[in-house]
Amino acid sequence: MTLRGLVRGLGCILRRDLRLAFRNRGDLMNPLVFFFLVASLFPLGVGPSPDVLRIIGGGVVWVSALLANMLALDSLFRSDYEDGALEQLMLSPLPLSLVAVTKVLAHWLVTGLPITLVAPVIAIMFGLPAEALPAIVATLLLGTPMLSLVGAIGAGLTVGLRKGGILLSLLTLPLYIPVLILGTGAIDAAANGFPWSAHLMWQGALLALGITFAPLAIGASLRVSVSG
Amino acid sequence: MTQPLCLSVAELTCERDERYLFRALNFSLNPGEILQISGPNGSGKTTLMRVVAGLSLDFTGALFWCGEPIDEDRPGFHASLLYLGHHPGVKPTMTPEENLRWAMGLHRNDLSRDDIWAALAKVRLTGFEDVPCYQLSAGQNRRVALARLFLAQQPLWILDEPFTAIDRQGITELELALVQHAENGGMVMVTTHHEMTFDYSGFRTLVLGGSR
Amino acid sequence: MNWTFFHRMASPKWFYDFSGRLLPWVGMLALGCVVIGLTWGLLFTPPDYLQGNSYRIIFLHVPAASLALTIYSGLAVTAAIGFIWKIKLADMAVSCLAPIGASFCALALITGAIWGKPTWGTWWVWDARLTSVLILQFLYFGLIALREAFDSRETAARACAILAMVGLVNLPIIKFSVEWWNTLHQGATIRVAGESSMAMEMLIPLLTSIAGFYLFTLFVFLLRIRAEILNREQNTAWVRGLLGANF
Repeated sequence: MTLRGLVRGLGCILRRDLRLAFRNRGDLMNPLVFFFLVASLFPLGVGPSPDVLRIIGGGVVWVSALLANMLALDSLFRSDYEDGALEQLMLSPLPLSLVAVTKVLAHWLVTGLPITLVAPVIAIMFGLPAEALPAIVATLLLGTPMLSLVGAIGAGLTVGLRKGGILLSLLTLPLYIPVLILGTGAIDAAANGFPWSAHLMWQGALLALGITFAPLAIGASLRVSVSG
Repeated sequence: MTQPLCLSVAELTCERDERYLFRALNFSLNPGEILQISGPNGSGKTTLMRVVAGLSLDFTGALFWCGEPIDEDRPGFHASLLYLGHHPGVKPTMTPEENLRWAMGLHRNDLSRDDIWAALAKVRLTGFEDVPCYQLSAGQNRRVALARLFLAQQPLWILDEPFTAIDRQGITELELALVQHAENGGMVMVTTHHEMTFDYSGFRTLVLGGSR
Repeated sequence: MNWTFFHRMASPKWFYDFSGRLLPWVGMLALGCVVIGLTWGLLFTPPDYLQGNSYRIIFLHVPAASLALTIYSGLAVTAAIGFIWKIKLADMAVSCLAPIGASFCALALITGAIWGKPTWGTWWVWDARLTSVLILQFLYFGLIALREAFDSRETAARACAILAMVGLVNLPIIKFSVEWWNTLHQGATIRVAGESSMAMEMLIPLLTSIAGFYLFTLFVFLLRIRAEILNREQNTAWVRGLLGANF
C-alpha cells in the first residue's frame, strides 16, 4: 500500500468518526457535562472554604477529566463492534494499529480536547491562581491523549463483553496514575510559583512512549475481542 | 504476484467448548468458482467464514493465499478480500452514500459521487442516497452493505448470509452479481440457506455438520 | 539451544508428571523453611531496640510484599511467552498465579497496616510503598476480573496476557511516579528501619522465612496448575487413562 493510500484511508476513518460524533450531539456533550458535574460535587462534599478548594483544585480538575475520559472510552469501539464496522476495519489493508490510533485521535478530538479547553473555567471556580492556568491547559493537552491511548487498550479488551463499563474502569484507572501524578504535580508547582517544565517533559516522554507502544496493544486487544 | 490466485485450506479444525465444529477440513477455491457452504444451524458455517477471513483466531490448520501462508502477508490478503458478515457495519446516522464511501474508503479512494450513486442504483436505492439509514428498512440497510459488491475490485468475496432480509427480485440480482464476478475470474465463498437458482459450471457446495 | 526440552516442558502431560514428582519435595522444604523461619523469628530473635516486639511482623510482611511483586512480574513474563508462542500451559500458569499473587498482595497490605498502627500510630499512611502495593492489588483485581468476564477460555487467556504485559510495562512507571509523588507531598516520610543495618540474628530467620514462603508459593502453584491441567485436558486420552486407573 502506498503512503498516499494509507493517509487517505486513515483520513476516511477520521472524517467518518468525527461526522458520527457530530451527528450524535449527546455523545459529544455528555463527557463535558459530566466533567463539570463531577468537579462541582467536590465543593458540595468538602465545603465551600476557599482555602481548601484552592488546595484541591488542581487535583479535582485532573480527577474529573480522568473520569470523564474513562466513561467516554466505553463507546470508543462499542458501536463499531456491535454493528460489524470493526470487522471491516480489521479486514482492511490498513495496519490495524494505525487504524486504532486514528480512532483514538478522533475520540480525543471530541472528548479530551474540549475538556482541556474548558478546564480553566473549573480552575477559576476553585480559586486557583492565574499562574496555574497555563499549567492546567498544558498538562491536560499532553495528558489526556495519553489517557485515551491507555484507556483504548482497556476499551479494546472489554468491547466484546456485555457489561464492559465497570470492568473497563477497574482495568484502566490504575494505569492512569502516573499521568495523574505528573499533571497535578505540575499544577501544584505552578500555583506555588515553582517551575513546572520538568513535569511537562516527563508527561511528553510518557506520551511518546504511549504513542509508540499503545497502538500495538490496542490492535492486539481488538483482535482478541473480535475473535472471541 | 507471480502465483495464480488461489485460496486453499489445509486440515482446518475448529473446536468450541470441547466440541468439534469441523475437523480436518481441506478445500481450495480457484478463480471462476463459487463455493457455497451449507449445513444446519450451529454447524460452524459462520465460524469457518471468520476463520478464513482471519477474524477468528481459534483454529488449528493452515490457510494459504496464492500458495503462501496468509499470515506472512496479511495486508496483501486483506487487499484482495471483501468480507460481509452478519452485521453489515452500516451506521444509522449516516446516509447510504456516506456509509458506502466509508466502507469503500478502507480499500480505495478513487470513487466519484457518480460511482457511488451508480452502485446504490444497482441495489435499487435510487432516491435514498441522502436519507439517513435509520429511516430505511432492514432489507434496504442490507442493500447498502451489498452495494459494495458493485464497486469492489477484490478478487475474493466472503459473504456470510448475504441474502438475509432481501426480497426475491433482489436475490436474483445478487445471484447474477456473484456469477458475473466468478465469470470475470473472481472467487466467491458464500453461506446461505437459500437454494441457488442459477446454473453455473463453477458452482460447488461444501456441507458442514452431519457427523460429530 | 535445546528446543526439544522447551517444547517438552510446555506439554501439559509432561509437566503434570514432572510436577507430580517435584511436589512432595517442594512441600516438605517449604514447610521446613516456614516453620524454622517463623519460630526462630517470632520466638527466639531479640526484640528491636526501637520497635520492641512489633517489628516481628516483618517475618510475614516482607515475604508477602516481595512475593506480590515477584509473582506479578513472573506472571506477566509467562503471559508474554504464552501469547507470543501460543503455549497453553503458560496461560494455565497465569490463571493459577493471579489469585496467589493477589492473596500475598492483600496479606502484605494487611500486615503493613497492622505494623503501621504501633509504629506510626495509624493504620494507614499514604507512604510510597504502601500506595504502590495498593495499586498492585488493583492490577491483580483487574486481571482476575477480566478473566472471569469472558466465556471463552482462549479469549480470556489472550486478553489477560495483553493486560498483564501492559501492566508490566506500567509497573515501573507507576512505582517511580508514586515515589516521586510521595517525596513531593510529604517531604521526609517515616522510613522503615534500613535493612542494611539489620542484625544477623534477625536477617537469617528473615531470609529463611522468605525462602520458605517462596517455596510455599511454588507448592501451591504446582497444586493449582495440576488441577487446572486435569480440568482443561479432561477430554484427552492421557487424562482419561489417568482417572480410569485411579477410580
